[in-house]
Amino acid sequence: MSDSNINMVAPPEGVVGEGYFATKLNDVVGLARANSLWPLPFATSCCGIEFMATMASHYDLARFGSERVSFSPRQADMLLVMGTISKKMAPILRQVYEQMAEPRWVIAVGACASSGGVFDTYSVLQGIDKVIPVDVYVPGCPPRPEQIVDGVMRLQELVKSESVRRRSSPEYQELLASYNIS
Amino acid sequence: MSELLLPPEHRYAKIIKEKLNEDGSELSVLNLGPTHPATHGIFQNILLMDGERILEAEPTIGYIHRAFEKIAENRPFYQITPLTDRMNYCSSPINNMGWWMTLEKLLNIEVPKRAQYLRVIVMELARITDHLICNSILGVDTGAYTGFLYVFQFREKIYEIYEEICGARLTTNMGRIGGFERDWSPAAFEKLDTFLKDFPAAWKEFENLFERNRIFLDRTVNVGAISAEQAMAYGFTGPNLRAAGVDYDVRVAHPYSSYEDFDFIVPVGKSGDTYDRFCVRNAEIWESLSIIRQALDKMPAGNEYHAQVPDYYLPPKEDVYNSMESLIYHFKIVMGEVPVPVAEIYHPVEGGNGEIGFYLVTDGSRTPYRLHFRRPCFIYYQAYPEMIKGALLSDAIVILSSLNVIAGELDA
Amino acid sequence: MALENTQIQDKLTETFSSSVFNFQEERDIFSVETSADKITALILFLKNDADLRFHFLTDLCGVHYPDNEIDRQFAIVYHLHNWYENKRIRIKVYLNGEKPEIKSISNIFLSSNWMERETYDFYGVNFIGHPQLKRILNMDEMVSFPMRKEFPMEDSGRTDKDDRFFGRTTTNC
Repeated sequence: MSDSNINMVAPPEGVVGEGYFATKLNDVVGLARANSLWPLPFATSCCGIEFMATMASHYDLARFGSERVSFSPRQADMLLVMGTISKKMAPILRQVYEQMAEPRWVIAVGACASSGGVFDTYSVLQGIDKVIPVDVYVPGCPPRPEQIVDGVMRLQELVKSESVRRRSSPEYQELLASYNIS
Repeated sequence: MSELLLPPEHRYAKIIKEKLNEDGSELSVLNLGPTHPATHGIFQNILLMDGERILEAEPTIGYIHRAFEKIAENRPFYQITPLTDRMNYCSSPINNMGWWMTLEKLLNIEVPKRAQYLRVIVMELARITDHLICNSILGVDTGAYTGFLYVFQFREKIYEIYEEICGARLTTNMGRIGGFERDWSPAAFEKLDTFLKDFPAAWKEFENLFERNRIFLDRTVNVGAISAEQAMAYGFTGPNLRAAGVDYDVRVAHPYSSYEDFDFIVPVGKSGDTYDRFCVRNAEIWESLSIIRQALDKMPAGNEYHAQVPDYYLPPKEDVYNSMESLIYHFKIVMGEVPVPVAEIYHPVEGGNGEIGFYLVTDGSRTPYRLHFRRPCFIYYQAYPEMIKGALLSDAIVILSSLNVIAGELDA
Repeated sequence: MALENTQIQDKLTETFSSSVFNFQEERDIFSVETSADKITALILFLKNDADLRFHFLTDLCGVHYPDNEIDRQFAIVYHLHNWYENKRIRIKVYLNGEKPEIKSISNIFLSSNWMERETYDFYGVNFIGHPQLKRILNMDEMVSFPMRKEFPMEDSGRTDKDDRFFGRTTTNC
């Protein structure tokens, strides 16, 4: 492996001594979570095609620890909503979100998922944040694969710094309650 | 289980009960979709299963209904192109060009030969991307991920050509009334040349990987076959119809954009099964490559890339800032204040999946009075329940991907 | 010998006399008009006649004309195509604005099934004899018909398009 140029993630801040390394649990958990985000692609339209390109050989999202595309919400950490969500689809999106286990993160990829995009019509949900909480918004119609990768990296930053207690905090419960998700 | 899923008045409930009384076998109901990962888009099918076999299917669509036609009635003609992009997003340029050609038909605009040839090139590139996605995904569904990873590199190459032409990758919004918004850069032609050099070898390899592959043949031959009569009755067009043995192609029937200048064959299959659909698409890719080469060879000299129609063609920005006349035209076009005749137009083009038709009714105002898209996917998807009857569940997925149903086009 | 417009017109007048009318070549498509009760007979004739052979239904859609007189407020437009002669024809039927009804052609062309459902979904046109006339693209719970001209395009529940944010109200409060 010595001649390969694999980039290792830097260890978190801590105290190094002979035979031991002391750091915060938060940082270690954050590090582990951030670098093994399993995506659940919820691809409905055009952005899904760009996501295909992101997963394929040229852009290769697997470089960032998302090798396994999890098609089951139960085993996924990161919900990528790509494409227009119509009002007919909204309850299904919500159900998928509810099926995901904590901790779960959501990226709204593209203008339609973020705000309804050009489809300001009676049948389209004007942004998925009307039904589920969103962590990262990726603009573009559709975003380039680089942008999607950037969105995932931004999410990694969020995940790294997230406290292990956040998911049981009253603020988080309140957030979920505001979406009527228990 | 099945009683839990279905309301008692559902027609499946009756079939299940009858079957149970008849020979004691228990049928089950399976909900496939709308977010099933293997369906590449959002289609819901409620299947009635006898073990692994599908007895009945009931499709529900409309999960990404975006009301294109309603938006089209509220937008000036120029602003409708982005909608056509998002209809069949695997081959947007064909839709763009189809829309411009509809407007040119409406306004009786003659497009210069060179611009027509450029359009042919970009439309054939789009056809290649469309078929490439369909066939490589069919490979993924039959268990060969390699092909997908390999040929997707070349799709990126086509996107790079698009980027040189119009700046966008997927939803291109390319062209103007009367031609293109700018001339193609030398880099676009260079990239096209490289693509034409490198792609055939790769595509040959891809074909070799599949065409005589035992596993692939077992999964696709005689799976999801549809006869020519049935295909026509269900309104099939495009490669799916040609796989059943009918040589209908809009490019030949109603040549548009100078398709009559090129020699190409319309490949047809025989049995209309999944394998034939795969082969027809492969053959069409070769034909598209040949058309692109011919267009490059026959390309008229010069740098004419749009018709001289100042009423409808946006003047260059430089002139807008420096000449009064151009500024007026710019203003009129952008505000949609250009004269449009009252007419009814139907213009078909051969899209990636079949005949894409634009039925346009105008009343002389700045927006279409009514714009209806004939969407091939929407029309032939209704045959899907019929095609998967008696098939295995895993075959249903393969049939769906071989039909290349694009959700955006299906639901409009 | 290519199929000529006059030939089609003669044949149709011969069979349907005055109930098929308004023959005209509109741009490149020959179009005719008929009344709602004659539609199935006309389409069946066009499909099965040995000379006409319009065997392929290309398209079916509706148009809403709220400003017309009450009997002509909805139009159903059929596009048929004869692949042998490569000839297209457009058939238009105008329907009553208050009670749009027309016979279904879904037993003549299988492909019209969903197209009629779509037209019903968008315009609320009742296709008599359709095997499963229910909404296809929109939600089943929807009550209005969105492609009618009076139906607003935009989502009424949208909050970020409040006029106040764009300085469009006089008080700008």
